Amino acid sequence: MIDRRRFLSASAAALAAPYVRTSHAAGSLAVGFWDHWVPGANDTLTKLCNEWAAKEKVDLKVDYITSQSNKLLVTVTSEAQAKSGHDILSLPIWLGPGQMASLEPVDDIVQPLIAQYGALPAAVEYLGKQEGHWIAVPATVGSQMKGPCARIDLFKQHVGLDITKMYPAGAAPDKGLTDKWTWDTFLVAAEKCFKAGFPFGIGMGQTADSVDSAGAIFAAHGAHLVDAKGNITVNSAETRQAMEYCKKLVQFLPPDVFAWDDASNNKWLIAGKGALIMNPPSAYAVAKRDNPKVAEQLWTFPSPKGPKGRFNPGLPFFWGIWKFSKNKIAARSLITHLSQRAAVEQLVVASGGFDIPSFAGLRDFKIWAEVGPPKGTLYNYPPFGDQIVHIAGAPAPASIATQMYTQATVTKMIAKFTQGGEAMDKVIAWASSELEGFMRA
Amino acid sequence: MVDAVARGVHVSTGGRRMTLRKFVRRKSTIAFAMTLPLILIIGTLVVYPAFYSFYLAMLNKSMQHFVGLANFSFLFTRETFWMVVKQSIIFAVSAVVFKALIGFMVAHFVHNIPVRGQRKWRGMLLVPWVMPPAMSVLAWLWLFDPSYSAFNWLLEKIGASGVPWLGNPYWARFAVILVNVWIGAPFFMIMYLAALKSVPEQLYEAAAIDGANWWQKMWFITLPMMRNIIAITVLFSLIVTFANFDIVRILTSGGPVNQTDVFATWAFRIGIESNDIPLGACVSLFMFPILAIAAIFILRDISKRGNEA
Repeated sequence: MIDRRRFLSASAAALAAPYVRTSHAAGSLAVGFWDHWVPGANDTLTKLCNEWAAKEKVDLKVDYITSQSNKLLVTVTSEAQAKSGHDILSLPIWLGPGQMASLEPVDDIVQPLIAQYGALPAAVEYLGKQEGHWIAVPATVGSQMKGPCARIDLFKQHVGLDITKMYPAGAAPDKGLTDKWTWDTFLVAAEKCFKAGFPFGIGMGQTADSVDSAGAIFAAHGAHLVDAKGNITVNSAETRQAMEYCKKLVQFLPPDVFAWDDASNNKWLIAGKGALIMNPPSAYAVAKRDNPKVAEQLWTFPSPKGPKGRFNPGLPFFWGIWKFSKNKIAARSLITHLSQRAAVEQLVVASGGFDIPSFAGLRDFKIWAEVGPPKGTLYNYPPFGDQIVHIAGAPAPASIATQMYTQATVTKMIAKFTQGGEAMDKVIAWASSELEGFMRA
Repeated sequence: MVDAVARGVHVSTGGRRMTLRKFVRRKSTIAFAMTLPLILIIGTLVVYPAFYSFYLAMLNKSMQHFVGLANFSFLFTRETFWMVVKQSIIFAVSAVVFKALIGFMVAHFVHNIPVRGQRKWRGMLLVPWVMPPAMSVLAWLWLFDPSYSAFNWLLEKIGASGVPWLGNPYWARFAVILVNVWIGAPFFMIMYLAALKSVPEQLYEAAAIDGANWWQKMWFITLPMMRNIIAITVLFSLIVTFANFDIVRILTSGGPVNQTDVFATWAFRIGIESNDIPLGACVSLFMFPILAIAAIFILRDISKRGNEA
């Protein structure tokens, strides 16, 4: 029979016993990362995750989900609806704002990182911070810029411009040349290359590459379809100016740019058909493998400057923690670990310089100076100087901008005005009607 | 009295056991049990999502409030929606007409091939239909590709200029209809071939004796005998073609400028890509009344002919 004295002595003994930590004592964690197209990049991320998991005694499961055919988008949407799935998911561009009601606020992760590694571009804050809270942590993996990637030889021969002198590797840009690198100069270069048989490959379709390029042109001219407060501002002098510019540009582009997807511009450049595309270094990397003669002549550099500034299209990725996650502590710890300098550098190197850290203090890695040939081809890839990282759709509220982006309102306006031959007023009226529809609550 | 009650209970108990065993052994019970897995799958993956999408279509964008039919009335005010309706009808009707015509003609050719060679021709002609659409449509995409189109390469070889197959709205519509016809025509061919083989040969012999030509035989014998199968295949193909997603999604993603968008692709763009699931559900449900009306008319016609016979 157990009496009070025996019970007390047993309890005291139990309390005094040493805690024996078993493996996976910190629980389990399931993460779904974007499946990187660069071979080997996923392996580095897996290695970093496993190192963390071994140290923290977490039972970690890592999945890689492709963005091909919107698989990542469908996964994010399904998990948000089902309130079940991974603990952490990669959230490219609009997926974070779209699911913000289901995401755990992560100010406690992001604010210390900002203090540690410097400011974030306005575009990253625009997407990652909603209603005053960070809803996802800016991720290095997948974050990219989509500035011009052009042929050095064709620009020298037909445009008379040495882009390696304008934006050299290992030295400051040539101010005289960069000041003249405007959208008007771009148009002249486009015409010259078109006449020489090497048109620029700027898509005007409904996929991200096309929308990003058109968005940068519009932003550079100060044309915003919807302002930050949600007012429709499409009917403006700036919009008309941007549309007229695009009308002039389109005549120097290949005739079926309106049907281009995100692979079309890559293929155009790799095949040696075009003098310039707007793209991250994926086209360069494939050219290096499939057409080295073209790859040796490629140079990545910032976008031209417009009346309102030098807007360079960017595509930030984020890591988000679901509110339904059962191990938010471990999730926070993993994301913090992956955001440290040592981890970020390994990830950027593994991606061959494709991934760009969002934090300003993490863009000094040597990889971008070393990638080649030609050596320094990616030196000017990370944003710097007077460049403004831009996301098409900004500064509209995210719920409206998502629809403008995914339904490609800007490129459709350009298509209607150019290929469709519709009058400017009719196109703007159509856009206005579309935007009103995006306002529905 | 006790004996009678006891006898009654004994008989009653034995009858219940026998009835249950009989019930389990009945053919209809066994058949139901065997089809139960399929019924459950259809119920879970088709019926439940269909009812759930009705429910979703009546929520507001953030899926927090019930708004009744407000989403539908909002859709009716959208210019893009009516463009999608028009395109879906053009796409479905023209594709089905061509599939039926080509299937009918090819079925006649195959029917007239000596029996020995028919099997291999049937097999080869079925390949477009049995190949996974994602694979075959990808091949078509490469044939139409802006940079690497094999068709344009051939055209350029003969001195003609390349065609913007997917960049020009009219050519893009032609391309999606062409691919749909290429994939779907074999289905019509095989169904009509089976129907042709069931037409009694004596009817053609009698017609020949009466001096009928090939057109008269076709009009007065073949077509009337095949009316029901033609109606059923057209209805089935209309439903499937209206709901087509993969061909348009892979070839054009609905572009350029939504001019090849059909209900399914636009519903995906609105519902999943633009994060407006209720509106996406509305778009996909809009097909239902159109197809229901078509089904009612066609099936009523079949039933009427059946009753007359």
